[in-house]
Amino acid sequence: MRAVITVVGKDKVGIIANVSKVLSENGVNILDISQTIMQDMFTMIMLVDMSKITADIKKISSELQDIEKNMGLSIHIQNEELFHSMHRI
Amino acid sequence: MLNAFEIIETVNMIDKENLDIRTITMGISLKDCADTDIDKACEKIYSKITSYAENLVKVGEDIENQYGIPIINKRISVTPIAGLVDVLENPTVEKCVKFAKTLDKAAEKTGVNFIGGFSALVHKGMTKGERLLIESIPEALAATEKVCSSVNVATTRAGINMDAVAIMGEVIKKAAGLTAQSGGFACAKLVVFANAVEDNPFMAGAFHGEGEGDCVINVGVSGPGVVKCALEKVKGEPFGVVAETIKKTAFKITRMGQLVAQEASRRLNVPFGIVDLSLAPTPAVGDSVAHILEEMGLEKCGAHGTTAALALLNDAVKKGGVMASSYVGGLSGAFIPVSEDAGMIDAVKCGALSIEKLEAMTCVCSVGLDMIVVPGDTPASTISAIIADEAAIGVVNTKTTAVRIIPAPGKQVGDVVEFGGLLGSGPVMPVSKYSSEIFAKRGGRIPAPIQSLKN
Repeated sequence: MRAVITVVGKDKVGIIANVSKVLSENGVNILDISQTIMQDMFTMIMLVDMSKITADIKKISSELQDIEKNMGLSIHIQNEELFHSMHRI
Repeated sequence: MLNAFEIIETVNMIDKENLDIRTITMGISLKDCADTDIDKACEKIYSKITSYAENLVKVGEDIENQYGIPIINKRISVTPIAGLVDVLENPTVEKCVKFAKTLDKAAEKTGVNFIGGFSALVHKGMTKGERLLIESIPEALAATEKVCSSVNVATTRAGINMDAVAIMGEVIKKAAGLTAQSGGFACAKLVVFANAVEDNPFMAGAFHGEGEGDCVINVGVSGPGVVKCALEKVKGEPFGVVAETIKKTAFKITRMGQLVAQEASRRLNVPFGIVDLSLAPTPAVGDSVAHILEEMGLEKCGAHGTTAALALLNDAVKKGGVMASSYVGGLSGAFIPVSEDAGMIDAVKCGALSIEKLEAMTCVCSVGLDMIVVPGDTPASTISAIIADEAAIGVVNTKTTAVRIIPAPGKQVGDVVEFGGLLGSGPVMPVSKYSSEIFAKRGGRIPAPIQSLKN
C-alpha cells in the first residue's frame, strides 16, 4: 500500500532526519516529499510505499509518535486511498 | 495528484474537528438459531455470533491504524429476538432473560461494546413471544451490560399500537427502577420506535431486519465538529451558502464512511450493506449538533428558528452524502440526543431547550426524543403519551421517530444524571404535570393515516 505521512509543527533542526530514519529502519520507501509553510506551521507531506515494510504499521506509527512527542509535532500516517476518496469523485 | 491543502484539510478534520467513523456494525441473522429448547437455541446463538464476528474488532482496529481514521465503536445487531422466543417450548420471561445474557456473553467474547436486537416489532399486534420479550426487557437490560433493546410500536402503514405504547410506558418505568443506582441506566439501552429501519447501525436501536441477508456490514459516520468548523468559515453568508457548505462537507465525511465500509466488508468477507449518513454528536467539546445550529445564528439551541435550522442541516447532510455512497440507509439524518451533546446539555440547563421544542425538532430530523432524562416520579402513562406523540409524528410524516427516555429514580428537575462515556450526562427536564392517564389506558390501535390530502 501507499501511504501519506504528514508532519505539522514548529520548524526545527532534524525533523526530516528523524522521520526518515524511522522509515528507512522499517523498510518504508519514500516516493515523494514536499515541504511548505502553511498558516505559519512547518508542513511536510511524504508519499511513501509500504509494500516492503519489515515491521507492522502499528510499530511504525508508535515510533513516529515518539518523534511527535519529543519534537512537539503532529505526525500522521494514512493510507493514500483515504485522500483520493474524500477529494476526488 | 493530491495537493497539500487537501491532505492537511483531511488531517485537520480528524485531528482537530473530531471526524470519526462512529460505528462499524455487523448485522447477523439468527433465524437459523431458533430451537424449541432454550439451551440449544442459546448455544447456537453464541456460536454463530462469536464465529461470524470473531475478527470484527481486529479488522476495525487494523483499518483504524492503516487509514488513521478513528473508529469509535464496533458493534453487532441481530435478528429481533422475539422471533426466537416464539419458537421456544413453554416460553417464559426467564427464558427471554437467558437470551439476553447469551447475547451479552457473545458481545463480551467478540469485544464489541454493544449488541442490539433484543427487540420486537409489534406495530400492529403482538404474539405471545413478543409479549414475553417486552415483559422481560427491564430485567434483561438490568442483568446485562452490552445488550440493547428496541420495540417498534407504530408504522405509517399499520398505525399506532396503543396497547404496546401503554405497556412500554410501564416497561421503561420498571427498567429505570431496576437500575436506580445508575440513574435508570437500563433506559439508555432501550428505544421505542415508529417506522423502525432494518439496517440501522446505531445503538440502541440497531437490529438486523427481516429483509436482510445472513450477515452484513453497515457503517455509521459522524462529524458534527467538521460541519461546525466549515460553517465558521461562512459567517454571515445567506442560507444558500450555508446549505452548500454543509453538502460539500457531508460529501467528504460520507466518502470516508464508504471507504471504511467497503474495506471492512472486503476484509471480513461480508457483504456491504449501507452507510448511515447521520450526524451523531458526542459529549466532547467540538462534537455537537446544537453548536452547528447555533453557528447558523441562534443564541442558543432551542430558540425560535431552531427547527428551521435543523431542517436545513438534515436535508443538506443527505443531499451531500447520497452521492458519496453507493448505498445509503439506516436512519440518515442529524441526531439530537440531549445527554450526548454538549450544546444540548447547556441549552437545557439554561432553559432554552424544552421537551416541546425537541418534539418539534424531531419532525424534521432523524430519530426523535433521544436520551431525555425526566423526573423519577413521572407516571408511566405520561411516558406512554410522550411515546404516542412521537409515534404520531413518525407515522404521519412517513419517517422514523423514536423515544429513548429515562425517568431517573429519585431525581427532580434541576438534577443532572451522569451516564458516562458516549452517553454523557442528562439534565432532568420537566414534563407536563397534567395527566394522560385515561388516554394511555384506552388501548387499541390508532388507525393508519391517509396518504394523500397532505396538509
